[in-house]
Amino acid sequence: MIPFEYVRATDVADAVAAGGAPGAAYLAAGTNLLDLMKGGVSRPTRLVDITRLPGLAAVERRDDGSVRIGALVRNSDLAHDPAFARTYPAVAEALLSGASAQLRNAATAAGNVMQRTRCPYFTDTGSACNKREPGSGCDARGGETRLHAVLGWSEACIATHPSDFCVPLVALDAVVEIAGPAGTRSVPLDAFHRLPGDAPERETVLEPGELVTVLVLPPEAARFSGHSRYLKVRDRTSYAFAVVSAAASLRLDGGRIAEARLALGGVALKPWRAREAEAVLAGRAPDEAAFRAAADAALAGARPSGDNAFKIELARRLVVRAFQRAAAGTPERLPALPGSAFAPASEAAHV
Amino acid sequence: MSETAPRTRHGSSIGQPLTRRDGILKVTGGARYAADHHPPGMLYAVMAVSRIARGRVTHLDVAAAESHPGVVAVMTPQNKPALAQHPDEKHDGFTFRLDLLQDDRVRYANQPVAVVIAETLEAATEGAALLDPAYEVETPAVGLDAAREFTPPAIGVGDPADMETGDVAAGLAAAAKTIEATYETPAQYHNAMEPHAVVATWDGDRLDLDMPSQGLAMAQGRIAGLFGIAPSDIHIRSPFLGGGFGSKGMIAGPQVLGIMAARLVGRPVKLVMSRPQMFGPVGHRAPTRQTLRLGAAEDGALTALDHHTLTATSTFDDFIEPSGGVSHTLYAAPALATRHRAVRLDTGTPLFMRAPGEASGSAALEAAIDEMAEACGMDPLEFRLRNYAETEPASGKPFSSKALRACYARGAEAFGWGKRPLAPGQMRNADGLLVGWGVGTATFPALMFQAEARAVLKASGEASVAIGAIDMGQGAWTALAQIAADELGLDIDAVDFRIGTSDLPNGGIAGGSAHTATAGTAIKGAAADAIAQLAGLATQDPRSPLYGAGNAGVIARGGRLVRRDDESRSEAFTEILGRAGKESVEGKGSAGPDAAREHYAMHAHGAVFAEVTVDPDLGQIRATRLVGAFAAGRIINPRLVRSQYYGGMIWGVSFALHEQAVMDPRTGRPMNANLAEYHVPVNADVPSLEAILVEEEDPHVNPLGIKGVGEIGVTGSAGAIVNAIWHATGKRVRTLPVTLDKLL
Amino acid sequence: MSVDIVLTVNGTRRTIPIPDPRTTLLDLLREGLHLTGAKKGCDRGQCGACTVLVDGRRINSCLALAVSLDGAEVLTIEGLAEGDHLHPVQEAFIAHDGFQCGFCTPGQIMSAVGLIREAQAGNDPERVREAMSGNLCRCGAYAGITEAVLEAQGAMSQHTIRDSATRQGEAA
Repeated sequence: MIPFEYVRATDVADAVAAGGAPGAAYLAAGTNLLDLMKGGVSRPTRLVDITRLPGLAAVERRDDGSVRIGALVRNSDLAHDPAFARTYPAVAEALLSGASAQLRNAATAAGNVMQRTRCPYFTDTGSACNKREPGSGCDARGGETRLHAVLGWSEACIATHPSDFCVPLVALDAVVEIAGPAGTRSVPLDAFHRLPGDAPERETVLEPGELVTVLVLPPEAARFSGHSRYLKVRDRTSYAFAVVSAAASLRLDGGRIAEARLALGGVALKPWRAREAEAVLAGRAPDEAAFRAAADAALAGARPSGDNAFKIELARRLVVRAFQRAAAGTPERLPALPGSAFAPASEAAHV
Repeated sequence: MSETAPRTRHGSSIGQPLTRRDGILKVTGGARYAADHHPPGMLYAVMAVSRIARGRVTHLDVAAAESHPGVVAVMTPQNKPALAQHPDEKHDGFTFRLDLLQDDRVRYANQPVAVVIAETLEAATEGAALLDPAYEVETPAVGLDAAREFTPPAIGVGDPADMETGDVAAGLAAAAKTIEATYETPAQYHNAMEPHAVVATWDGDRLDLDMPSQGLAMAQGRIAGLFGIAPSDIHIRSPFLGGGFGSKGMIAGPQVLGIMAARLVGRPVKLVMSRPQMFGPVGHRAPTRQTLRLGAAEDGALTALDHHTLTATSTFDDFIEPSGGVSHTLYAAPALATRHRAVRLDTGTPLFMRAPGEASGSAALEAAIDEMAEACGMDPLEFRLRNYAETEPASGKPFSSKALRACYARGAEAFGWGKRPLAPGQMRNADGLLVGWGVGTATFPALMFQAEARAVLKASGEASVAIGAIDMGQGAWTALAQIAADELGLDIDAVDFRIGTSDLPNGGIAGGSAHTATAGTAIKGAAADAIAQLAGLATQDPRSPLYGAGNAGVIARGGRLVRRDDESRSEAFTEILGRAGKESVEGKGSAGPDAAREHYAMHAHGAVFAEVTVDPDLGQIRATRLVGAFAAGRIINPRLVRSQYYGGMIWGVSFALHEQAVMDPRTGRPMNANLAEYHVPVNADVPSLEAILVEEEDPHVNPLGIKGVGEIGVTGSAGAIVNAIWHATGKRVRTLPVTLDKLL
Repeated sequence: MSVDIVLTVNGTRRTIPIPDPRTTLLDLLREGLHLTGAKKGCDRGQCGACTVLVDGRRINSCLALAVSLDGAEVLTIEGLAEGDHLHPVQEAFIAHDGFQCGFCTPGQIMSAVGLIREAQAGNDPERVREAMSGNLCRCGAYAGITEAVLEAQGAMSQHTIRDSATRQGEAA
């Protein structure tokens, strides 16, 4: 990696001031950033260490029922926070299905949101990549595309967003709080990551120097605690990125679906909220026919970007299964294999 | 053959499940691997490797690298130290061409193109990045269809490409049932957890190396040739390897580059490969496309077996994956043919990788046998027993020993095979997931290589045994010491046992599952020689209670020589030596293949039973249970042997479900050259393993009766898993690995 | 621009100059402090061979910048045994043959120690397997590793676990 200036920020204002310089990047755990720097993908000339910023390492519950996840809360701490996991089980399950225990111990909440694609043509500096080098082209097109996007992609970029955590968060209408040179602002997570379009190098709505400080789950997000699951299909039983994943949440009322939430992972350059599917489910009985209809709606706009047509049908089936699991009820304890197809149904039984 | 449990004791040490003698070092961080060394004044070397698979390097920004703070030197084709031999010179089948900056040609992706040497690892790493090579790119040949087929002059380490016995065409024509199926296996990379490394220190023309090597004398010889120095002036320490699996059998180009870098700068240099760099210059298992044609009579007896392999080698050297070999051994087909063809691709040269040939060949053969059993409407185990080979089909030779029937029986019993429904798609678990059971036969040849050993008995009562043997995880530190102790008649703790450095007697190569047999036999010979000398002293000395017994009339036990015909008469080693006024006696031993190989087919065998669970909708697969029963002659240490079987079986899981190098079809570059996307199994992938050690005595294979256990576990396992997937789903997936998309 | 940081490494508090901010904790341990137990298998958080405990938590030391860990307490494999007295996890790895080549072993053991401290897996082998899945073993010693973790955890009462954590802390 190239030499860089190391700056340790003491508060948010300090960080934002230092982080606005050209070539600056924020360093939290570094589990993604250092990986990218070692590969020559990211070459920041200044690292602003935000690990010591006060007040950002806590999970705070507000009286209105919302919860505020500090940017520096470690993935494992959040997943193992009993109150949090009980209220937002799909979020906990998604966190624990991601990476490894070591990485979850280090990686932060905001870092997870900020992580960048695993597209091999992005991480390999020998390949053309519009995201890494605007205008250079996309070598993924016509290359190895088994795991690439089937929703929301463009000719310029067919990469996917790798996060598990973001999938249930976007389903639950999470909001990103951002601090910047011009003060603070809030952006819905669904609007935080950008689809590639013509400018895949612009991955989020963050402006130079802006810093994610808090992730907020609104009060309504807590209503799904009894019927929320995350399900992640992957190429090995653990320690693998999603081929496709789904976060499914239901609010049931009198045997009917009062409200449904659905988001997909591994299908697009952002965690993919499927509102059409949610609309299909409203008012229906939570049965397979309804879930199939929802799955069809969720994938209606999908098209392969290469040798990955299978992901569309796989995503449909996954949506059905995720909703079936959600309908069966959140398990008392997360399964031994979180988010896994092999999580025993006995552990997933309705409480 | 006996079906009873193996004896736990063959001698005082042999047969006992001792824990590893290097265990404490390994659990405390005290075991020092090559890259753990820091001689004074050491610099760091980092390779720059090619982004393209074929073409020329037209420019390196040496100035940029040199101006990076801390960079000491940049080694390129222009300034590399002169070599005494061209790296492309070949001397024998075990010499492989190396890329040592001989010119600007690029012949595969990740080929070294320069080396940056710096005061710190960080500076060397960035210096290498700053070289930013420019290329003249040529279109690479990628994939088995990209180049013209040829018939290789030899496969593996020198076997003929084609073999036929009986009339295959007639056998197929006469068959009641026939099948033809084509299986594909991908390129796989060894990926030992320890990347190849070297710490090199020159002192004039003497060379001191910390370097993982599966074969010290061969490495010495190759380095000596390249640098024009005497092998005896090269000292290699390799007491621990962080895994080898064949990739450290020959010295690798990058290790030589580290030595060259040290020569260039005149200071000690450490060069450690990065993980992505491991996908190129240090060998791999070549991809294969295997077509099997089988015929069987109404009763399920095979009438013919035809096994055609297409594989790949590099454009500049030959290693041909000998996939057909397993078909020579396993099933009693009266007509049998194997052929190997190859194409030349722009990759690094393939190399032996754990069960080279047997792993890929077994995966295809065992799947085809399963398909044939299905065509015959037979249980796949029953079908295998129907075609049990009483003599080796290809050679007609009797087996030196073969307890495969016992393996089938013991494995089936432990697994519960009898409850298996014949038809696929019949079993589900409590959660509605599909469950399938499959079986595969395991086999691996019992080889012997060359080795020498030394055993010294001292008047002080101490003994030392030395051999340049290698422990890459299989347990040589322990198992060979057990052999040494028993053959010397001493407690294992009384033997100072040394391996792993090049100044010891040539221990041969740790490979081919033959190291315990080979090194053990050499140790046995050295010990016997020392004991014979001691016996000579005692039995010819009237003052000894053993006087007149004759050398053959005494045995060594508990530090004493004891008369065979009268165990009350014995004498301690120390007394014998003391009275003779000798400080010590030194015995020498050697090992190598003997004439019995002319008369017998020598193979270990086994049966692997696999259960898979498959999500019927999502296609995700888990190998939920594996039971392997193996017969491999004499077992020196059942604890370590069981671990070897487990490891092999997990490689089978990996072969069936996980591993594959994904090459970009346009550039020939591996696009998953890392351990996040080049999947090998994680702990959660192998929830249940059982290995059964089936007793087998082999009077012919070698003086110790050892057949070797390091590779056989890979064979059989992949086929068993693929067959279990069929049994779960009704789908025959013939392109490995079986990823979930292939089941949707 | 050399920066001094303070680290407590295996119970010893020390001031360590970091002349190059690019240095990771793994490279500092291995090349700077010559604590070579932690291994570099991938350098990218994909294999777990570099696992150490930082402030009592297992992490991949290859993906942590040393300079950012100023003030932290680091426990490596070299600091686990007390003299000749092996830690229960170390004992169990030997007893269950939870390794072959030994290269991934320091990472496996530190990961197991971290896992036991996390107290999330209980005595469920499936949870242990999942929690140990961040440590690749190419030799395939997983069966022994899982057995070793369960046995060591059983041998260490919660009291012992806390006690040893505290001791490590106090030794600072």
